[in-house]
Formats: sequence, structure tokens, C-alpha cells
Amino acid sequence: MKIAIIRYNAGNTQSVIYALNRLGIEPIVTDNQEELRSCDKIIFPGVGEASTAMNYLTERGLDKLIPTFKQPLLGICLGLQLMCQHSEENDTKCMGIFPMNVKRFPPKDKVPQMGWNSITHLKGNLLKEIKENDFVYFVHSYYAELNGNYTIAETDYILPYSSAIQKDNFYAVQFHAEKSSEVGAKILKNFVSL
Amino acid sequence: MLTKRIIPCLDVKDGKTVKGVNFENLRDAGDPVELGALYAEQGADELVFLDISATLEKRKTMVELVRKVASKINIPFTVGGGISSIEDVSALLNAGADKISINSSAVKDPGLIDRLALEFGSQCVVVAIDTRLYNGASRVHTHGGTKPTEIDTFDWAYEVEQRGAGEILLTSMDHDGTKNGFANDTTSKISLRANIPVIASGGAGKMEHFIDVFKNGKADAALAASIFHFKEIKIKKLKHYLKENDIIVRC
Repeated sequence: MKIAIIRYNAGNTQSVIYALNRLGIEPIVTDNQEELRSCDKIIFPGVGEASTAMNYLTERGLDKLIPTFKQPLLGICLGLQLMCQHSEENDTKCMGIFPMNVKRFPPKDKVPQMGWNSITHLKGNLLKEIKENDFVYFVHSYYAELNGNYTIAETDYILPYSSAIQKDNFYAVQFHAEKSSEVGAKILKNFVSL
Repeated sequence: MLTKRIIPCLDVKDGKTVKGVNFENLRDAGDPVELGALYAEQGADELVFLDISATLEKRKTMVELVRKVASKINIPFTVGGGISSIEDVSALLNAGADKISINSSAVKDPGLIDRLALEFGSQCVVVAIDTRLYNGASRVHTHGGTKPTEIDTFDWAYEVEQRGAGEILLTSMDHDGTKNGFANDTTSKISLRANIPVIASGGAGKMEHFIDVFKNGKADAALAASIFHFKEIKIKKLKHYLKENDIIVRC
């Protein structure tokens, strides 16, 4: 099994590599189109600011490439947001794999949300054997709206939002699966086993 | 619901864990990687590694330690101690740290907070504030809490947030090492005003103190060291106790 992590300026790449290593997987990190296409699974990490990340992807043609992948792809954190339609963070047009918009949390509580929160209304194979209300680790100021077709996990912080989404072979989680203890490791394992 | 966090702090000197009472009389309390892994397994929500090595040479070993911690441990962790440049932060984050914590260097050069937030994002910039009563007022102290400054603690907490800090780690030097409880008044005053999370530190001695710091101190997270290292309080037991007392925790 060949697993690739998309190489770009994402802050959590090393943590994702370590998390996969703990599952006995040695991923490759690449932005080479052919190499990415030949992999069985692709992980699209993300920590940082939306417009800077989108610019980086656009300069390298990755914004056009990523939506064409046919193998299972997992976006993490900012990765999820960039797979949506549009982000309020610096008014950024994203890749549009998912039709949802990404909005800033209203200032009714501390922003960013930082810490462990529960996931509910779980659906699909990515979250197989994960229990309702299991805890995962979040750090984010922007959230993807709920969507009846694509939301596979919900979380409530100030308001309910999509903490995991899926459309065909495209999967994405807002939380840091790579840092979410046993629950996160199980989700990564589920993804690898898809 | 977002949970309250329990954060063990590991003071690291020359690659080994130590903890001093009032930051003096350091005692050896084990291997940082093993201890960190044990805490993660017991339900710690995050870890803080504070490098108190005296020399730059020995600080370089911290990057190696961060690599080991990141490869072994599957919860977030923060690294602090002697960080004063973008290059320092870059090396630690690339090695796998999730957040870095700055203290004296931010007091000396407040613009560092802005630069780090811009370069790496606020989410990984923790500003540690050591506060102590000095002539009747809360004053920021630097250099492990030994050097008083003229800076008002509450003004500084506000300023670091404006500059882009993502989190405040507030240590009451008056409470640190006493085991008489956290500085709840100071913590709540800062936490209620702040729009970023506040980690309370200094003074934990009993499980009740953690209830107090969440309920009265309005802290988002509580940090402690020796009571965990010397097994006076077990994290698993503490979290169950907090849950029974209506504090939302992960357990």
C-alpha cells in the first residue's frame, strides 16, 4: 500500500507522518503529479492561513489536480476547509469539492476553539467503530457548515458544524486525527483500510 | 462541548525531567519521553515540555527530544524555554511540536509575538506569563520568575492577545510550589477578558483545586507538574473526579 502526503506549506505534515508511522506505515511526501496519481491513498494535511495555502496550491497546479483524484483522499483541518467552496478567511475561493462555505465562528466564545470536543451523528466507513461523543482534538477559528448530503460527523462549538465530511472518495476531518489519541489513530487506520 | 484540559508540565534540563519547588532545588523525576507517553496513556489532554537548560548548546538537544516525543506521543504538546527567534520556532515545529511557548523573550521584544503569529499562525503561539505580587500589584516577572518588571500582568495579558498570541499560560509565582491552590482571582480576571484560552498554572496540591480553577478561576486548562510526577494525584482519577463534579472533561 502506497500512501502519499501532499507536499505543501502545511504545518502538521511531520505529525501526520509520525501518526502513520505509529500504524506501521511509511508515507511518501510529494507534490509530483504522477507520483500522487500512482498512490493508493492520499492525505491532504493543513495548518495555516487559507489564502496563503490556496495561493501555494494554485502556483503548483495542485488546486486543479486534487479534485481529479479517484483514490481515497483525506483532508485534515485546513485541508477540509480548502476542499469546500469558499472560506471567509481572507475571502478565499477554495477547491469546491464540497459545496459548503467556511465561516468564522461568531465571537460568542473564545476563538479559536482549542482543545478536545466530541463528535456526534457519525456516518460511514471512515468513522467505523468510533463511538458517538468520542473526543478528538480541534484547533480552528473557521468551520464548515452542516450539509445533509456530506456531513458525516457533527461537533458543537458556539454552533453545530461539520467536523467530518465525505463525498465519494473525498473525506475530510476538521479535527487533528494525528493528535487525537486512540480515537484519532483509529480514524486514520479506518482511512488506510478503505 | 469543548472540554477543560489537564496538562502535565515536564521541566526538562539537559534531556531529563526535573521539577523545582518555587523553581529552585531541582529534583530528578524521570525520562521526558517515557513520562510523556505515560501521561498521554493516562488521559492527559496535552503536554508541556519546558526546557530549563542553561546553555544554548544544551538547548539544541531539545529539537532531538521533540522529535522523539512527537514520534511516540499522539496528543498535542507545547515546547517552551529559551525560544527567541523565528528560526528556533521553525526548528521545533518542524520536529513535530504543535505549539511553542515564549516568555522572557516576548517581554524583551513584544514584536516577536506578532512575527511568530504571522509566520506560523496564532494557534501555535503560547505566551507564558509569570506573575507575582510586587509592592501590592500583579507584575510580570521574567527569567523563571526571578526578575520583576514594571509591566502590569493584566495589561500584558491583553497586549499579548492583541499581538496574536493564541493562548496564555499564566503562572502565579506566589502560588507555584505551595500546593495551596491556583491563583483563581488573577486567572478569572484574565480569562474573562481574554478571547483566547487561558491555562492556569502554579499551586495545584489537591483535586479540589482543579474544580476551583475551572469554576472560579474560569480557566480553560490547568497545568501542574510535581503532583503528577510524584503520583500525588493520578490523572485518570482526577478526570473522573472532575466529571463527577460537573466539569466537562475527556475521560
